Amino acid sequence: MNISNLFKIALRALANNKMRAFLTMLGIIIGVASVITMLAIGQGSKKSIQAQISEMGSNMIMIHPGGEMRGGVRQDPSAMQTLKLENYETLRNECTFLSAISPNVSSSGQLIHGANNYPSSVNGVSIDYLKIRQLTVESGEMFTEADIKSASKVCIIGKTIADNLFTDGSDPIGQIIRFNKIPFRVIGVLKSKGYNSMGMDQDDIVLAPYTTVMKRLLAVTYLQGIFASALTEDMTDYATDEVSRILRREHKLKATDDDDFTIRTQQELSTMLNSTTNLMTTLLACIAGISLIVGGIGIMNIMYVSVTERTREIGLRMSVGARGIDILSQFLIEAILISITGGLIGVIFGCGASIIVKNVAHWPIFIQPWSVLLSFAVCTITGVFFGWYPAKKAASLDPIEAIRYE
Amino acid sequence: MGKTVIELQNIKRDFIVGDETVHALRGVSFSIEEGEFVTIMGTSGSGKSTLLNTLGCLDTPSSGEYYLDGISVRKMSKPERAILRNRKIGFVFQNYNLLPKTTAVENVELPLMYNPAVGASERRERAIKALQNVGLGDRLEHKSNQMSGGQMQRVAIARALVNNPAVILADEATGNLDTRTSFEILVLFQQLHASGRTIIFVTHNPDIAQYSSRNIRLRDGHIIEDTVNKNILSAKQALAALPKNDEE
Repeated sequence: MNISNLFKIALRALANNKMRAFLTMLGIIIGVASVITMLAIGQGSKKSIQAQISEMGSNMIMIHPGGEMRGGVRQDPSAMQTLKLENYETLRNECTFLSAISPNVSSSGQLIHGANNYPSSVNGVSIDYLKIRQLTVESGEMFTEADIKSASKVCIIGKTIADNLFTDGSDPIGQIIRFNKIPFRVIGVLKSKGYNSMGMDQDDIVLAPYTTVMKRLLAVTYLQGIFASALTEDMTDYATDEVSRILRREHKLKATDDDDFTIRTQQELSTMLNSTTNLMTTLLACIAGISLIVGGIGIMNIMYVSVTERTREIGLRMSVGARGIDILSQFLIEAILISITGGLIGVIFGCGASIIVKNVAHWPIFIQPWSVLLSFAVCTITGVFFGWYPAKKAASLDPIEAIRYE
Repeated sequence: MGKTVIELQNIKRDFIVGDETVHALRGVSFSIEEGEFVTIMGTSGSGKSTLLNTLGCLDTPSSGEYYLDGISVRKMSKPERAILRNRKIGFVFQNYNLLPKTTAVENVELPLMYNPAVGASERRERAIKALQNVGLGDRLEHKSNQMSGGQMQRVAIARALVNNPAVILADEATGNLDTRTSFEILVLFQQLHASGRTIIFVTHNPDIAQYSSRNIRLRDGHIIEDTVNKNILSAKQALAALPKNDEE
């Protein structure tokens, strides 16, 4: 028995029952299409989160004061005054794995320009901050070391601030805005970065020299945090070790003491977000996978009924010389053809649905080639797996009884 | 006389139904030469279906030897018998058993589909020739559900002929047809007989025996009569003698 004849026989049998074949296929089509779409949504959001994290600066290290115990009561870390400006200077001078470092102090309040006002906060930072957060100045310029030394009342503003304070569209550069009664001269506007993955407006930002914020706005000597960049993403771990060692020394902590600061890296954030999106992707894929299995059971169901319905046909084929294996192959090929064709249509539908989701819902979509291959392979295996039992049943029919079956 | 196509030696076939053993064939022996037109008759329960299944290699005897075209069938496996059926036997059934929604040519091609030695173009050629032989040369592409009973039986006969079998086994081949169409089919069988085909026609209709060359009668698993018909009637004449149909 040659295989091309078997294919011809199976194709003719399918062509004779187009509606039945289509209905059987439907389960597989929906299954494969949903697997592909779900994976595309999952992978798409993962990709976009990764992109946003690297936009935020993938080798960023954040140092914050740690919550301290006072009489058994854990204190709010933001109220801690353990992180001093000297710590920043020591780190800047001693750390070898850092490419950039900036202190961070922020004061929140209302920004006022003319008749407009907008609630925001002013971040006191050093020049390195732009590099750490991967910000660029679009117009105007960044403040200088001299501005930091003299605690100049200058600032750089983000797009959102500019839009809200300068509603008439005038150029903010050189204008004076007031923050908590202190006038600041706008010397630069940052390039827009849009929203990040957690829905935070990255353009709602005002940067000023840290000295200005510390002395003129807050009148404090401690820092709320230190931001730094490791030389490369891979060196983040070395850098955090080094920072930790220096800070413990500076804070004169004994070997048995806990850190009185916390170091966070973007890696942690990205690991956390990745695990979340991975979970979501797995969940979506599971749901879609179940629909694929249901589709497979649909194949088995219809093939099984079809074997009973076609008993006479099977008996006839056997009496004209089809062996058990020929019948088995025919039914198996029918099942595989149904599932492969269904798989192909499903792939097309899945890609189409992904594109529609992208264009209509504006969700990030990424169709990974392996997800297409995977669902295709799964549905072929489904065809063989669920086609086997009905095919086996057909092959084991007794031709004498089958041919006279009513 | 020609060569022996079928040889049965003391064939017995027992079935176990529950606790009882049913003896369907209790020692049947005969042989059929090439070119004979044999009718096998008997009432239901006489064992003629079992004999037909045995002759058609669908079933194997419990004991005894069966040689089809010189090949011993008794010890063959199921796949071997399937191949033997494919090469040596043409079946014609009472209810035609055509594939539904399938054209005449494709139906006739069916046995050759299971013969890897025959290529696609040869297969089609032979199917068309077989259909022409049964007088359906103008209905090659008609589907099975667009044909009358007589036409469907002709397609079935063409299908039985297409593999050039050693023997054609007809099981009540006129059982579902009206008198006129039955005679038309009988005419066709007589033509095939005249062209040298070996035909075994199983029926319970005693009239058909008159048109065959030999008649075997079964009862309770035994042969009770095996006679050569000296005076073969012509189905063509009988057909001509039939009263004309009003519709025609």
